[in-house]
Amino acid sequence: MADRKTLQAVMISGHTNPSPGFAMQRDLEVCKLVDTTTCIGCKACEVACVEWNDMPFTPTTFDNTYQTMPETTAHFWNLIKFNEHQNPDGTIQWLMRKDQCMHCADPGCLHACPADGAIVKYANGIVDFNQENCIGCEFCVSGCPFNIPRFNPETKRVYKCTLCSDRVGEGLEPACIKACPTGCLKFGGKDDMKFIAEERAKQLRDNFGWQNAGVYDPQSVGGTHVIYVLHDATDPERYGALPRNPTIPWSYTWWKWLAKPVFGTFALFGLLGVLAHHVINGPRVPQPEPPQKDGSNAGGHN
Amino acid sequence: MSSRAIEHFDDKARETFEHAGRTTVYRGELLRHSVYDRILHWTIALFFFLALFSGFGIYLPWLFRWFTPIFGGGQLSRIMHPYFGTAFVFFFFLQVLNWFVPMLWAPGDTKWMRNIKAIASGEEKVDPPETGFFNAGQKVMFWEIVAGCIVYIVTGTILWAGASIFGRIAVAVSYVLHDISALIMLGGIFIHIYQSTFGEPGTFQAMVRGAVSEAWAWTFHPAWYKQVTGRDPEDACEEARRKMVGDENRRNPSQIT
Repeated sequence: MADRKTLQAVMISGHTNPSPGFAMQRDLEVCKLVDTTTCIGCKACEVACVEWNDMPFTPTTFDNTYQTMPETTAHFWNLIKFNEHQNPDGTIQWLMRKDQCMHCADPGCLHACPADGAIVKYANGIVDFNQENCIGCEFCVSGCPFNIPRFNPETKRVYKCTLCSDRVGEGLEPACIKACPTGCLKFGGKDDMKFIAEERAKQLRDNFGWQNAGVYDPQSVGGTHVIYVLHDATDPERYGALPRNPTIPWSYTWWKWLAKPVFGTFALFGLLGVLAHHVINGPRVPQPEPPQKDGSNAGGHN
Repeated sequence: MSSRAIEHFDDKARETFEHAGRTTVYRGELLRHSVYDRILHWTIALFFFLALFSGFGIYLPWLFRWFTPIFGGGQLSRIMHPYFGTAFVFFFFLQVLNWFVPMLWAPGDTKWMRNIKAIASGEEKVDPPETGFFNAGQKVMFWEIVAGCIVYIVTGTILWAGASIFGRIAVAVSYVLHDISALIMLGGIFIHIYQSTFGEPGTFQAMVRGAVSEAWAWTFHPAWYKQVTGRDPEDACEEARRKMVGDENRRNPSQIT
């Protein structure tokens, strides 16, 4: 966005060449790239998330897997999901996927939310919850195709990953990115991340035999600001409930933003309707009516 | 609950409320609604509007800033709305027990419904002779609210508990059905209030004082009039007309033509 006010120098005294960064195009949209093929399941990102966001202890359930807990919670926004997938040739794939908010370009949570200012989408693509405006109706949970928003019964508000909007706003990468030891997590502009992801997918296809390797950036929600490189992009479900075709229920699209105001206006026409009935037809009065003045329609323009 | 137990409950309730309140029926009037009927009606009305207005704020983003402050903000609106709705359904359920029998569909009601255009336009000045304690329009509204309450209980429970318990699709479907039910009732309430006040004068006092004029009764509910007085409504109306004309002529003898 060329009109964005930044501290980028455009004129420098005593400097004859073009100023540094001149004509540089800033990629406004940020993106987190998760390369599932290089994740080792160390959970450093989980710890970094809990640390940076100052989260209280969350009790966990042991379910005989490496997974920290079955699902993310209101106090645990970043969870590595461990899945075992059996290939047709009988070999086992141990899949690790970092589960967190996808920061959709077309966020279902935001469309579903009835509260003014509870969910915002920033120009850089981050979708953030403002808990002080949240009314705790949980419609966002229903609107989200990735099952991300978590209701906290104690505060009666909903919480989720912020993509460390507080860090990103200061020019830092999200906490999880900083903690990742393998470079499986990357953070940068959306176009750059998409380019790196496609290059990696091509590498997987050409050099490692993953013929279906690809990038997960679902266009049914306008693309996401967290994208995955998958061994098999044709079957994202095997990574633990990653939907192939995430959709927002039409309750929160055309029903909420078109039908509801239209029908609501119709209801107001009902009020006009009874007024019109009173003006045109007049009341029905108990019979017999008192005799009229001169036998004709009293008071009318006859 | 057996029908006998319901009857016993209703009788007990009517008796209790008759002690609590009073209904004065003047000469030329008939008792229309007991104290119990009236208390129930206005309790239901109160919770209907509380639920309606607290729901408006959540219904549309354009209404959020207008209606949520009435209940102390968005959070309180969201917390209170289900309780208002539950109270509305509960008291309406008592009204169903109270009015189940008079609200049952009768053969005359189908005729009334076929004739609704002439009745609503005022072309038919008197309701059809089969019209009993409640007319077909009132019965339709009553049973629509019964159906609406069932929709409210099912969808409202799902919305109240939320998607974390019932799943996102159940909530998304309930969201739409809850709206539709509310929109039908919103349309109905305009007609209900209009008909009982400006549309048919003399009706409002039935729910306030509990009594209506005999003329009101033979005009709008002829079969009920016949049932409580034993007189033919048409004859009674004709007699009143003759008396009215006679009075008028005595007052203005010069105008006799």
